[in-house]
Amino acid sequence: MAKRSIEPLLWLLFSAGGVLAALLLPILVLLFGLCFPLGWLAAPRHDHMLGVLRHPLTRLVLFILCTLSLFHWAHRFRYTLYDGLQAKHLNEVINLFCYGGAIVGSVVALCLLWQVP
Amino acid sequence: MNERTAYTEFHPRWYRTRMSTWWWLKRPSYLAFILRELSSVFVAWFIVFTLLLVRAVGEGKEAYEGFLAWSSAPLVLALNVVTLFFVVFHAITWFNLAPQAMVVRLRGQRVPGFWIAAANYLAWTLVSALVAWLLLQ
Repeated sequence: MAKRSIEPLLWLLFSAGGVLAALLLPILVLLFGLCFPLGWLAAPRHDHMLGVLRHPLTRLVLFILCTLSLFHWAHRFRYTLYDGLQAKHLNEVINLFCYGGAIVGSVVALCLLWQVP
Repeated sequence: MNERTAYTEFHPRWYRTRMSTWWWLKRPSYLAFILRELSSVFVAWFIVFTLLLVRAVGEGKEAYEGFLAWSSAPLVLALNVVTLFFVVFHAITWFNLAPQAMVVRLRGQRVPGFWIAAANYLAWTLVSALVAWLLLQ
């Protein structure tokens, strides 16, 4: 049997993460990164935030967003290091750092989202 | 050195010119490529930011208010301004590329790229409006 490459799977995760990050992140950065800190808009009250986060669908979407975005980062950053810095000889270290980071981040995301009371 | 080539006394050496580490500054299109690649770092940063927010909300009112205060610290604010530029750059380049990645056929005809990109932008608008509505009501 031919040896299957894991590359298509990694590309799929990259691509799905790219879509989710493109759809969801700009508005989140705009609101939580700029509008609320600068006082352009009033930040949501704590009980409202808790209400939004308590909904299983919000948590599911956030978990998928976090996981796929991190794999998106891992894949892209890996090639940035490959091509940008021409660091092909560090292949294994880079892969471990990128995909390992994405896996650790996903587990942390799962724990944090699980813990919301 | 490869063992199989060791028999030749005058082993050929590959001639490969070393590319400058700054090759991506040579053309605007190269720079755009590297900026698009770098956008992923800011995507990752904002995921960390979001998770810190989730943790703070889970911990209670005080932690949440502490998080809001932290997010308006000059350094975090500056980082998020840069992050906004990069995630918007990522979104625009991503949606513009979508017609190349998605081939949609309708009654045997290929849907023109313009409509695929337009559908992506529409989805972006709707999702953004939904998130804003959820948070700001």
